[in-house]
Amino acid sequence: MSRAYRHNLNGSTLEAGALQMEIKDITLRFGGVRALDGVSFNVAQGDIHAIIGPNGAGKTSLLNCISGLYRPQVGEIVFHGGDRGDRNLVRTKPGAIARLGIARTFQNIELFRHMTVLENLMLGRHTHMSHHLLASFLYYGPAQRQEIRERELVEEVIDLLEIQAVRNKEVGALAYGFQKRVELGRALCMQPSLLLLDEPMAGMNAEEKEDMARFVLDVNDLAGVTTVLIEHDMGVIMDISDRVSVLDFGRCIADGAPAEVGSDQAVRDAYLGQEANA
Amino acid sequence: MATATGVYNTTYRRDFALRHTKAEYFRLALLAAFVVVLPFSLSEYWLSYVNLILLAAIAAVGLNILTGYTGLVSLATAGFLGVGAYTTANLTTRAHWPMPLSVIAATLLAAGIGALFGLPALRLKGLYLAISTFAAQVILSNRFRGWAYLTQGHGNIAAGYPTIGTHHMKSDFEWYWLLLVVTGLVVFAGVNLFRTGLGRAFIAIRDQDIAAEVMGVRVGAYKVLAFSIACGLAGLSGALQAHYRTIVTWENYEIGTSFTFVAMIIVGGLGSVAGAVYGAAFMTWVPAYITKIGQSLQQGSFSFLIRKLPAVQLTLFGLVLVVFLLFEPRGLARLWQRAKEYFRIWPFRY
Ligand SMILES: Nc1ncnc2c1ncn2[C@@H]1O[C@H](COP(=O)(O)OP(=O)(O)OP(=O)(O)O)[C@@H](O)[C@H]1O
Ligand SMILES: [Mg+2]
Repeated sequence: MSRAYRHNLNGSTLEAGALQMEIKDITLRFGGVRALDGVSFNVAQGDIHAIIGPNGAGKTSLLNCISGLYRPQVGEIVFHGGDRGDRNLVRTKPGAIARLGIARTFQNIELFRHMTVLENLMLGRHTHMSHHLLASFLYYGPAQRQEIRERELVEEVIDLLEIQAVRNKEVGALAYGFQKRVELGRALCMQPSLLLLDEPMAGMNAEEKEDMARFVLDVNDLAGVTTVLIEHDMGVIMDISDRVSVLDFGRCIADGAPAEVGSDQAVRDAYLGQEANA
Repeated sequence: MATATGVYNTTYRRDFALRHTKAEYFRLALLAAFVVVLPFSLSEYWLSYVNLILLAAIAAVGLNILTGYTGLVSLATAGFLGVGAYTTANLTTRAHWPMPLSVIAATLLAAGIGALFGLPALRLKGLYLAISTFAAQVILSNRFRGWAYLTQGHGNIAAGYPTIGTHHMKSDFEWYWLLLVVTGLVVFAGVNLFRTGLGRAFIAIRDQDIAAEVMGVRVGAYKVLAFSIACGLAGLSGALQAHYRTIVTWENYEIGTSFTFVAMIIVGGLGSVAGAVYGAAFMTWVPAYITKIGQSLQQGSFSFLIRKLPAVQLTLFGLVLVVFLLFEPRGLARLWQRAKEYFRIWPFRY
């Protein structure tokens, strides 16, 4: 990767290593089920921060709390926006959280199926564009200039993720692996300050996983985008993450560097042991 | 640039263009020639149907923006045709506003009321939202019938012909040009909308509203905006129709007409601006043609059929709708697209 990119894909103004997000004592209940139970950990700017844990541990629920789709009953999530100030994400609407530059992908791909790859990625630019009804009706003029300007950044993301060949295809018709890539691309187009990836490599074969891991690393290396990554494959986690938090039955049972966490006995019991048995 | 192997664009501006190949420009030229020659080659009788098609197309484009692109069904199109019609009739006949101004006012009022009736979309989805628009239709129908003020107690109200100087625009020939310009502008605006971020946001809401929200799309506001656009265009169509017919009566704004518009966009193609126009043409022209056949049959020995004609029409419509839903849910627009593709690569099959 030596290509020079003209657009900075990282929306955060924090120094690498600075404290970016504090998850404080988050508890989320669904009726009697405690999906999250007093979860606390910090995310540092520029890290690839992995969240692991067995099925039903509450990983997706935690991501949903961060992006405002779920509202935890207890706790707060403080997001440090640098120049844009600090913000508690709990009780903030998903749209407002998106405008803070928090982008995400979903465990079960949630793309706009009837739009092309290009249109999906352009939608990632939505919060960076202005949308006036009359200008849109007219097209020629400001709306066209804006489309062209934003298209340039989108094309860089297309190059980065190597999806040039399918840019004009409807995403509903694409292979699963490509859809996962497009979803990552759509989030990247937001020039995120924080990127949340929910199992971007799930259901892929080894080769596809390797590609995706490389893209996640590229995004992190080249742009310095903080990435919170949910993943089941321990090999991948050990290879690419800077920090790992482990959830089990809604509780955060370990949090630290990959090597530390990997040798933690509680983690082995909860997670690795379970996998070994499976 | 079109070559034997495909179409290549060297700038984004070119890539964004609506037409890329010579064939596409040629088709556009043909279309332009067609719309110019049309009024000279049709009888007044059939030209009046062309005008009705152009009028219906305005509202159908609006409804397709709301239903086909944004995914929100409305059963209140007729009600907003009525809002436009009664508004312009009252403004011109009673307040003596000039027609262009009153038509614009009627459009804006319909858009405003449409936004109001679109508010339930903040909470409701799918069938429940459809029922709430049905309620809007019932309320509006009821007001048109029952609110004596609208018609000064006469039950109907006149809307004058537009005038240019002292000349009254009465003939279908003159109306054709007026409607061609207005409908052309509406189609142009509709097509443009979906070349921009705003239109993409509408489609995103239809395809995956939670993802749209997480991408920062103001889902609620845009749903209301889509209602406002659809109802505004219905209002524009209704206002022009009022001046075209010169009389406004409540019978034209009942629920049945709303269903006709839904059928129009289904037959024409959901999520296609051109489809809305095809649908308007199909749903206006086919019944007219059936009526015409009926009249010629009257002279023959089939007069028994004549009495059944309305039933025949309805049955036929139902059938057409079902056939489209089953076999080509993307309507005439998709059929046309396929035909173009077929001929582009003809005589090869792939
Ligand atoms: N919307 C919801 N309503 C009710 N229960 C929910 C909801 N979302 C999650 N849960 C429950 O919360 C718990 C945690 O679920 P979550 O999806 O966060 O797990 P996960 O760690 O992402 O699992 P997986 O690895 O299978 O994706 C589960 O018991 C789940 O049933
Ligand atoms: Mg999950």
